[in-house]
Amino acid sequence: MSDRGSSAVRLHDVEKTYRAGSVAVKAIRGITLSIAAKHFTMLVAPSGAGKTTLLNLIGCIDRPTAGTVEIAGTAVARLGDNALSDFRARTIGFIFQSFSLIPVLTAYENVEYPLLLAGAPAGTRRRTAMAMLDAVGLTERRNQRPNQLSGGQKQRVAIARALVKRPALVLADEPTANLDSKTGADIVALMRRMQAESDTTFLFATHDPHLISQADTIVTLRDGQLAEPAGEAA
Amino acid sequence: MMFKIAFRSIFRNYRRSLTTMLTIAVGTAAMLVFAAYALYDVYVLQTTAVERGGHLTVYSKGFFDFGSGDPAIWGIAAYENVARLIRDDPVLKPMTAVVTPVQFLGGVAENPENGGSRTFFATGFVPADQTAMQEWNEYDIGARLENTGLHNNDPTRGVIGLGFARNLGLCESLHLADCPKPPVDMPVHEKPAEIASLPRQDFSGLSERGAAFQPAAPRIELLAATAGGAPNIVTMQIDRVERQGAKEMDDGYVVMNLQLAQQLVYGRGEHKVTGIILQLHRSEDIPAARARLNTLFAAHRLKLEVRDYQEINTYYGQSLSFFQSMFSFIAIIIGVVVLFTVSNTMGMSVMERTEEIGTTRALGVRRGKIRAQFLLEGAMVGLMGATLGVGLAFLAAAAINSSGLTWTPPGDAHPIPLKLYMAGAAGTIIGVWIVLTLVSTAAAFFPANRAARLPIVDALRHV
Repeated sequence: MSDRGSSAVRLHDVEKTYRAGSVAVKAIRGITLSIAAKHFTMLVAPSGAGKTTLLNLIGCIDRPTAGTVEIAGTAVARLGDNALSDFRARTIGFIFQSFSLIPVLTAYENVEYPLLLAGAPAGTRRRTAMAMLDAVGLTERRNQRPNQLSGGQKQRVAIARALVKRPALVLADEPTANLDSKTGADIVALMRRMQAESDTTFLFATHDPHLISQADTIVTLRDGQLAEPAGEAA
Repeated sequence: MMFKIAFRSIFRNYRRSLTTMLTIAVGTAAMLVFAAYALYDVYVLQTTAVERGGHLTVYSKGFFDFGSGDPAIWGIAAYENVARLIRDDPVLKPMTAVVTPVQFLGGVAENPENGGSRTFFATGFVPADQTAMQEWNEYDIGARLENTGLHNNDPTRGVIGLGFARNLGLCESLHLADCPKPPVDMPVHEKPAEIASLPRQDFSGLSERGAAFQPAAPRIELLAATAGGAPNIVTMQIDRVERQGAKEMDDGYVVMNLQLAQQLVYGRGEHKVTGIILQLHRSEDIPAARARLNTLFAAHRLKLEVRDYQEINTYYGQSLSFFQSMFSFIAIIIGVVVLFTVSNTMGMSVMERTEEIGTTRALGVRRGKIRAQFLLEGAMVGLMGATLGVGLAFLAAAAINSSGLTWTPPGDAHPIPLKLYMAGAAGTIIGVWIVLTLVSTAAAFFPANRAARLPIVDALRHV
């Protein structure tokens, strides 16, 4: 934790406007924000306040209308589509609300997939993916496809997939929303443990009070703007 | 991993994929069955032409374009020397199965019993050589022509068409079925006195087989102009009647021993022939044999030309073009059906997997790889469908070939087995297999491109 306190994400005056015909909707309005590296940060906001949009901009799967986004020291606005894809493959892990595992791949293959995209050799892929499945407690289920797994198991696979390439940043959009409270609590505990073990920056968009209670830092959004400066959670 | 995802994704909605593959398979099988059927028919036509007239025919220079109306004056002099030159040539010898002379002629035939007459078109050949030519069987089709039953040592006999026999009122005397008598008031030409006074050249006494072998056969008189322009008449015994496929041919068809034909055309003058036929062991040797013949003729200053069976039998090329245009037509229809079917299947697949596309793009998969993923799936669907189609075609061929069905080709008098020649269609099988796989891949292009261009956030939001 030597560099705890440096920024994994820096946003400067970021805006995002959607156009529906002649109507322009400003989803993000001039946000300037730094997210500390190796923190468990929560992005908290009511529905429609822009937290998923902000998460998409930070995840480099959407581009801002204005402002700059810097992830792990890289100004992503300058990157072309392929370079941005490669950047995501190396730097960012995603955990989705609906798990979003690739249905035709087994649990093991889903976890191995990001390593393949990162160009890891076969031996490394096998060792790392198996270790990650072991860490999330799914070694026995490694050959099962997503439709043979429970919701909690799917999210464990998704967590393993997000962390397997040791990304600088893991983004999770409502990761417990589709889980019952006990499974959700287990997943939160798992993510907390994995974050500590992997020393990675986690950024969540969530409503889940249990998840929020685990935050190192909370960022609150309201109407596409920061409601209050980011700060250490109590 | 891309192959793994493609293969498993194809079978995610197995009913739809199976339907698409079956469409491709049926299309492939239809094209191959037609190609094999057409190929068999083309080989039947070729076998018929080669059995009858060999692969190459040597004529006097200019005969082919200008001499068909009067073959007598275009005869090849000293033809036996030319035939020997061809037979003994060390280059041609290993390629050649039969070298034989042939005489074409035309004239007027008369039935002396009733005075009925009509024009005829005749071929005179060496019966033993003709029998040898009927053994040609490069495509394992078997003898296409009936043996004429004529013999080298009996120059008196000939074979005529059924229509010719009917026209001359020979039905009754030849005991022919399906051969009505002429009407009682059938007009008869008055024979000019100078023709009636011509001496008949009857060879019946020259026959080595003798009358003891042959029952008394009806005779006809054949009148033709000799090479010198004088009229000449010979008497021919009718050995057999053979129905011909085309009426105009059947009504004037006469074949006879070469000696009789030469006697009629050349009389007491030098006996020549219209052409010298070469039958090769293999059709693929035609260009080499033709080139060698031209070299030989140039070296010996012989004013001869060489024509192949395709030039002589124009229907062969026409049939080939007909089958090719039919195949192209069928191929275009099937190609369009495959194009739209695969495009629809891949389009639905992209729609159903929109969220998955968003996820993989978020994980770092490039647009190009998404495009390649769906193109690969299109290719695999095409490949599996086309492979299945090849199997179906072989099954269909086996069933049809063992069914015993027959059909009569246009211009042919006898039915032939309905067969599919899959063994000879290897090039077509590979071609159809590749083309339909490519069409299937191309059909996936637009859906693949749409998938690749999906904005990630929109794809992830897709329900």
